[in-house]
Amino acid sequence: MLDDADRRILRQLQADPTLSGAELAERAGINAATCWRRLERLRERGVLRGSRAVIDWRALGYTVEVSLRVTLDKTVPRAFEDLADAARQIPEVLEIQTFLGQVDVRLGLIARDLAHYQQLYRERILTLPHIADLEALMHVARIKTDETVPL
Amino acid sequence: MTDVPDLDDTDRALLRLLAEDAGLSASVLGQRVGLSQPAAWRRVQRLERAGVLAGRRLDLDLAKLGFGVTVFLGVKLGTKGRVSLADFERAVSAIPEVQTVEHVLGLYDYRLRVAARDIADFERVLRRRIMTLPGVANVDANVLLSEERLPGPI
Repeated sequence: MLDDADRRILRQLQADPTLSGAELAERAGINAATCWRRLERLRERGVLRGSRAVIDWRALGYTVEVSLRVTLDKTVPRAFEDLADAARQIPEVLEIQTFLGQVDVRLGLIARDLAHYQQLYRERILTLPHIADLEALMHVARIKTDETVPL
Repeated sequence: MTDVPDLDDTDRALLRLLAEDAGLSASVLGQRVGLSQPAAWRRVQRLERAGVLAGRRLDLDLAKLGFGVTVFLGVKLGTKGRVSLADFERAVSAIPEVQTVEHVLGLYDYRLRVAARDIADFERVLRRRIMTLPGVANVDANVLLSEERLPGPI
């Protein structure tokens, strides 16, 4: 498991993934060589998988973001797989999540504007297989987005 | 809002690469897309200035860190108008286990992503921190089983 130094490193890196090795070591309060070794070990163990650039879709003209909450027809044996396979073919789908609860699948979808959304919804979403029920949540604002965990 | 920048195929390729691995150096990026290192660097700078590249996110294996459960909560606030949305947003954003907060229109007012160690830990967060927030009327929970992130329309 992780010890305190590992947690300090990950905490600092979570707060700012752009930190250089030297800055990270200083903020975590350990020397640079130790910090580097520990980072390597966290990567080897698969705890730290890397970092990903965040793309601001609004800056690219995608002003509409919708959560589509799907209830599937579960009498069909491959309902999940078929839906996911088909959803992957829609470029505007950013996320496919499956759940235990009232909702079976959530698709995160972006569109340039409401007209574009309506077109996607009619032509690509309503034609997805095995949908029993579908509801949409329109995103108004992102209040917190850092996706950090308390370490 | 600023104008939407024109992206060519090389910009799109750079965005796809960086969305997978934000740590790639300009020289590696250049090799992959057929540019010199300075040319790749200039393009990344331009994408950052245009706000298309909006920072980085650490990719951690939450299960290996002991966070075995991710739950999405749909929160409905009661007596609209009396509850200050700003107060709710401030309070909910301050909960460490709450990873994301989105204001939505539809069945719920807010959509929260919560990371917990296990179901018991989730119940503690829900009861002690979420249900006690100002204005919360109704909470709907869905436990995440799998998640796939796609590159998007680039």
